Amino acid sequence: MNLMNKLIGWIDARFPLVSTWKAHASEYYAPKNFNFWYFFGSLALLVLVIQIVSGIFLTMNYKPDALFAFASVEYIMRDVQWGWALRYIHSTGASMFFVVIYLHMFRGMMYGSYRQPRELLWIIGMIIYLALMAEAFMGYLLPWGQMSFWGAQVIVNLFSSVPFIGHDLAILIRGDFVVSDVTLNRFFALHVVAIPLVLVLIIVAHLVALHEVGSNNPDGVEIKKHKDVNGIPLDGIPFHPYYTVKDGVGAVVFLMIFCAIVFFAPEMGGYFIEDNNFVPANPMKTPEHIAPVWYFTPYYAILRAVPPLFGSQFPGVVAMGVATVAFFFLPWLDRGKVKSIRYRGTIYKAFLASFVVSFVGLGYLGLMPATETYTLISRILAIVYFAFFILMPWYTAIDKCKPEPDRVTSK
Amino acid sequence: MTEGVDHSKRRMLIAATTAAGGVAAAGAAVPFVLSLMPSERAKAAGAPVEVDISAIQPGSMISIEWQGKPVWIVRRTPEMLEMLGKHNDALVDPGSTMPQQPEYCNNATRSIKPEVLVVLGVCTHLGCSPTFRPEVSPVDLGANWAGGWFCPCHGSRFDLAARVFKGVPAPTNLIIPPHKYLSETRLLVGDDSQNPSSVPDRKLSENYQLNGDASKGAAV
Repeated sequence: MNLMNKLIGWIDARFPLVSTWKAHASEYYAPKNFNFWYFFGSLALLVLVIQIVSGIFLTMNYKPDALFAFASVEYIMRDVQWGWALRYIHSTGASMFFVVIYLHMFRGMMYGSYRQPRELLWIIGMIIYLALMAEAFMGYLLPWGQMSFWGAQVIVNLFSSVPFIGHDLAILIRGDFVVSDVTLNRFFALHVVAIPLVLVLIIVAHLVALHEVGSNNPDGVEIKKHKDVNGIPLDGIPFHPYYTVKDGVGAVVFLMIFCAIVFFAPEMGGYFIEDNNFVPANPMKTPEHIAPVWYFTPYYAILRAVPPLFGSQFPGVVAMGVATVAFFFLPWLDRGKVKSIRYRGTIYKAFLASFVVSFVGLGYLGLMPATETYTLISRILAIVYFAFFILMPWYTAIDKCKPEPDRVTSK
Repeated sequence: MTEGVDHSKRRMLIAATTAAGGVAAAGAAVPFVLSLMPSERAKAAGAPVEVDISAIQPGSMISIEWQGKPVWIVRRTPEMLEMLGKHNDALVDPGSTMPQQPEYCNNATRSIKPEVLVVLGVCTHLGCSPTFRPEVSPVDLGANWAGGWFCPCHGSRFDLAARVFKGVPAPTNLIIPPHKYLSETRLLVGDDSQNPSSVPDRKLSENYQLNGDASKGAAV
């Protein structure tokens, strides 16, 4: 045989190269009826790579010091060759990560991908989502602009509302009595070392869990129920080459959009990088209007919607926490007879639609100043948001489902 | 030596090893956790600050830095003081029953001298610094606004005694820091002891900050 095969043979005797490739690519059988919504898992991986690579190059010129951080970002933007591109790729990547992840999560909700036997897969995915939020939040402090500073101030103070231990907990997080150089330095360490390491590990766990139970599909039926004589699902096709090629097309289209943002609208009108973040952090003056970056605003609107109870804003913080953690319980809240929205009844569809409206609506309101009308609307939408989860065991059980097909369908 | 395995002994040894290892791990974690707490330098930045208040015009406010946080000093006009008692129904804690101020400021004006208010400019909701809005009935804050502070982050409102209004996210009045007068015009923020020797020698110019830059953060 030729030299290449000899080399692979040599490696394979010492490392499970071919078997790993087969298990996760060339002989991993995915349902043949994947649609548009199945692009976002691989796109999330693509954005992760973009973030890691652009992040490494940014750290080569960034200085995690309250005295120099803002100036070093401006240095990257103005003096480092193509530094502006690196920075805008990284900031656009952060927002696009959440675009992709939210669509990926919505896909899971539509097609019941969190249902048995994929509960753990879903939970690992939710942990990735939480780690990603921590990663994005800490990264946003690093440019040390006004929004960086006051955003961190508000979020860290959320912890200080925890009864009894809150005050010390906030000091432990900040390492100081206010957000300061100490805080900046440790957020840098967590942003570039600790959380990315954890993220990569749990993303590997997510993939391992996925390939153990197999992918769900738009029909929400198990392809493993019907196998041929070789034990291969009749409705499955090898991930490679079929879906590597499909995802490649998705990646190209995605990168076209991504580049358009990087080159033509990197700040996205103040949504991806807020205007106030081009002003250096000033601990003595809060900007006139502060709002988190768009991907946190739904939860932020819920926080603001809850009035203080018993002289403490802790209930609002709890509501915000519950709003994020509620997704973890979906596998056990959902009692529908079918998984996919294709075979669900009107009630579930109405609830899912109202959930989407509340999520997007809260996201918009979280960007707006807290006027009385907006607070009232936020309260109504927050109730709709929680109703989706709390009432789920009831409405999914009484919903009239259509019969599921035995095999996957193709249009 | 016997052939059989003594399972109970093995379990006991595993438990003992786990316990000893657990204690060692907890002990090893201590330096890591403590390193996250404020350093000696951060603690030292909390020294009291001396301010000359003679230049503050009636109705206006200055902002100084104490422990890395803004402290506001307002010289209220007689009209402002007169209006303080008129909206008690709209306040959460008009009588300052919650311990958000030293004993000597637990009065109608929440201050030592009625006209001079010294208050920590940090919203009791989530730590933003509210905006000073002394004007009466501005368009954006409504006809009932009699002057005070508006927090841009979450819309909390405070009157000119830094007392919180009902129906806003902030649960309590703003904090009045410990302070005392060294003379008619010289104020010491951060220390209210009666011992004159505790006056620090930090100069006003080091801390006076109306439009500070980031480099004067608490870490410096």
